[in-house]
Amino acid sequence: MTRRVAVTGIGVVAPGGIGVPAFWDLLSNGRTATRGITLFDPEGLRSRIAAECDFDPLAHGLDIDVVERADRYIQFALVAAREAVADSGVDFAAEDPWRVAVSLGSAVGGTTRLEHDYVLVSERGQRWDVDHRAAEPQLHRAFSPSTLAADVAERFGAQGPVQTVSTGCTSGLDAVGYAFHTIEEGRADLCIAGASDSPISPITMACFDAIKATSPNNDDPEHASRPFDAHRDGFVMGEGAAVLVLEELEHARARGAHVYCEIGGYATYGNAYHMTGLTCEGLEMARAIDDTLAHARVDPTEIDYVNAHGSGTRQNDRHETAAVKKSLGAHAYDTPMSSIKSMVGHSLGAIGAIEVVACVLALARQVVPPTANYETPDPECDLDYVPRTARPRRLDNVLSVGSGFGGFQSAVLLTGPSGRRRG
Amino acid sequence: MSGHRTRHTAVTGLGVVAPNGLDADTYWKSVKEGASVLDRITREGCEHLPLRVAGEVRGFDPSALIEETFLVQTDKFTHFALAAADAALQDAGLGSSAADSPYSVGVVTAAGSGGGEFGQRELQKLWGQGSRFVGPYQSIAWFYAASTGQISIRKGFKGPCGVVASDEAGGLDAVAHASRAVHRGTDVVVVGAAEAPLAPYSGVCQLGYPELSTEAEPDRAYRPFTQAACGFVPAEGGAVLVVEDLERARRRGAFVRATVAGHAATFTGASQWERSREGLAHAIRGALDEAGCAPEEIDVVFADAMGVPEADRAEALALADALGPHGTRVPVTAPKTGIGRSYCGAPLLDIVAAVQAMEHGQIPPTPGVYDICHDIDLVTARPRPAELRTALVLSRGLMGSNAALVVRRGPGSAV
Repeated sequence: MTRRVAVTGIGVVAPGGIGVPAFWDLLSNGRTATRGITLFDPEGLRSRIAAECDFDPLAHGLDIDVVERADRYIQFALVAAREAVADSGVDFAAEDPWRVAVSLGSAVGGTTRLEHDYVLVSERGQRWDVDHRAAEPQLHRAFSPSTLAADVAERFGAQGPVQTVSTGCTSGLDAVGYAFHTIEEGRADLCIAGASDSPISPITMACFDAIKATSPNNDDPEHASRPFDAHRDGFVMGEGAAVLVLEELEHARARGAHVYCEIGGYATYGNAYHMTGLTCEGLEMARAIDDTLAHARVDPTEIDYVNAHGSGTRQNDRHETAAVKKSLGAHAYDTPMSSIKSMVGHSLGAIGAIEVVACVLALARQVVPPTANYETPDPECDLDYVPRTARPRRLDNVLSVGSGFGGFQSAVLLTGPSGRRRG
Repeated sequence: MSGHRTRHTAVTGLGVVAPNGLDADTYWKSVKEGASVLDRITREGCEHLPLRVAGEVRGFDPSALIEETFLVQTDKFTHFALAAADAALQDAGLGSSAADSPYSVGVVTAAGSGGGEFGQRELQKLWGQGSRFVGPYQSIAWFYAASTGQISIRKGFKGPCGVVASDEAGGLDAVAHASRAVHRGTDVVVVGAAEAPLAPYSGVCQLGYPELSTEAEPDRAYRPFTQAACGFVPAEGGAVLVVEDLERARRRGAFVRATVAGHAATFTGASQWERSREGLAHAIRGALDEAGCAPEEIDVVFADAMGVPEADRAEALALADALGPHGTRVPVTAPKTGIGRSYCGAPLLDIVAAVQAMEHGQIPPTPGVYDICHDIDLVTARPRPAELRTALVLSRGLMGSNAALVVRRGPGSAV
C-alpha cells in the first residue's frame, strides 16, 4: 500500500517577523523586509543590503545555554521547529523515537561562526599558521553542518534517520524531498523537515559580490529584490529558517491531527552545465517538475500556483520562466507564479523550506502571495507574476521550484485537502 | 520495504584516493598487509597545532588527472572526489559516456567539512587585504555541494544529485541514498565521499572534538578496542563507487563487484557513546532486515572503531546485541587504524575494503592494534583467509549518527 505524506505542523523564522502569523502578514500584504545590513559593517562591499531577521533568541524561548552554544542558524531552526512541533500537536515523548526522523538543509551551515573565529585565530587575516589558543570552545560545532540536524534531533528526542542536506540553494526543497521519501518508503512515520541559514557575514557577502550575483541597489533596499522585473539586478541576501512536521497520513489521522496538505511528489536533477550559470531553456528544471507531477499523478493543467525560485538575477528568472512553460504548456499562462524572495530575500539553503511553508499557507488561506516590487515586464518573462498584491484564488495543487549553485534543479508538489488524490 | 522492491543495486566501480594508496588496488594491497601510514602532520601552518598525527594523502598530483579549468575553481576535497570518480567510472567500464540519457546518471556525495583550505585562503584575502580580493570561486569551492556539482558538470550527468552533509555515518547514508535512487528508477549513480580536513584552520576547528587524538607518536595515536585507546586520528581522502541497477549491469555485461543489500541509520546524540550501543544495534538490525539477511550470514564486520573506550565498548556490545552469539564470533576488522578517519570518506573506504576482501577471500587486519579488551574477534597482525559472502560496514559520527550497511559479494551471490 502506498504511504502518503501529510504536513501537520509548520514553523518559520523569517525577515520581517518571527513566527507563522507575522510571516503570513508580511507575505499577504506584499511588504518587503529588505534593508541596509546591520549585522556587521558592510563598508566596502558592492552589495550592502539584506533581509535580516530581528531575532532575540531568549525572547523566542531558547535557554541561555543553548544560545551560548548554538550558532545563529541553529537557533533559527530550533525556534522554527518548536513552533512546528507545537502546531502539529505531536507528543514526541509518546512516539516511538526510532520512527522519528530529522531532515534539515543548510547551504553554508556554520560559516558565520567559522569566519568569526577565523578572525580571532589569524589576527585578522595576518597569518596562515593560525593560533588555536584564540579559538572559542564551540568552534568544532561549526565545522560540519551535521550539527544542525543533530541539535534539533536531540531537542525533540528523534532517534531515526537524522540527516543534514546541503545542496546549496536547493537544500531546503531537497531536505523536504528527502523527508518525503523517508516517510513514503517506510523508514519513519514522522519527520522534522526544513532548512536554516544565516549567511549574512562578510565572507558570504564578499563571495557573491565577486560574481555580481547580489543586487547593488544600496540606495533603495526596500525595492532592491525585483524578481521577473525588467530592471532586476541580482538577489538580496536573506536569512531564516522554516520547519515542517511531516507525517504518514494514517498516523496523522489516527491521532486526529489537523492535516494542512500532502506532499504529493518531489524530484531533483542536475543541469551538468555550470556551477553558477543557467541555460535559457530550463530543460532540467522542467524535467524535475514533470517527474514530480507524474509521481503525484497530477496533470500539469491541475497546477493552480507556482512558487518560483525567482531570485531576481537576470538569468534565473528567464531560465525558470522557460522551464515552467515547458512543463505546464499553455496552462503556464493561466497559472499565477510569484517569488516571495521579493519580500524576504534569498536565504540560500533555507529559502526552499521557507517557500514550502509559504505554499502550505497559500493552500490553507486560498491566497497567492504576490511578487513585490514587480513593475516593468521583461519580454523574456511573460507569465503572470502576481504583481505587488496578494490574490485570493482556489488552490488545490501548488508547486514549489528551486535552482541552486552546482546546477541543481528541484521541485516539490503540495496538494490541499480537496486536491486530486493519488490512487 | 525490501519485499516490494523490484530493482537491486550493484556496485560496478571503485575509485580510491587514500593516505595509503592513490588507486583502489594500491589501497587494497596496503590494507591487506595491515600497513600503517599514520604520521606526523607535515602541512605548512600546522606545526603548532596540538593535533600531531594524521593520515595525509601524499604524492597526489591533481594536475595530471584534472583539467585546469576545474582545478582552479575547486578545493582539494573536490580534487580527490573528481579523481576517485574518474577511477570508479573507468573501473565500471563506463568511461566518459555512462549512459544513453544524461538524466539516467545521478551523483551523490557526503561532505563533512567542505573546502577548508580554499576557504582559509579566501578568508585570509578578505580579512588581510579587503573584500575586493575575494576570488570568484569562493562561492562554489568552499560549500559542501561542490563535489557533487563538479562531478555532474565535468561528466555531463544530469540525474538526481544529492549531498548529505552529515557526520561520518553520512558516508553510508550517501550510499543508501544512491541505492534508493536506483530503486526509484535511476540507472547509475556515482556516489562517494572524500574529505580534506588538514588545512591549518580546519585543524583548529577539530580540536574541540573530545574524541580527537592528540597523541604525538603515530604508532600509539589510534588504537581502538584496547586499554590504550586515546581517540581517533583524522585523515584525508575517500572513495567513490559506481552503483547501478543490477539488471542493467548484467545486460551490459558489467562485472558486478558487489551488491548493496541493506542500510539503516539512527541517532543517539553527539558524543553519547554509551547510548550509541542501542543506536548502532538498532541500525544493524534495520540493515539486516532490509537485506533479508540473518545474523549468521554476516561473514565480516568493518567496525567504526572510534578509539574512545566507551565508544569501543558500545560497539562491541552492539554487535552482541544485534547479532546474538554470532556477534562475538564474527571476525571484526578496522583497517582505518592504519590510515585514520577521513570523516565521511572513512566508511566509503571501508566499503571498498569490504568489496575487495570478499573478492580476495581475505580479511584485512587492524593495523597497530593488539591486546584487545573487548569480547570481539578482532582480526589483527595479518590477513585472515576466509570465504566471505556478506560484509557489514558500521559507522558512527561525532554528532551522534549511527549507520549500518550490508554489502554482498558480486557474481554468485544471489540478492
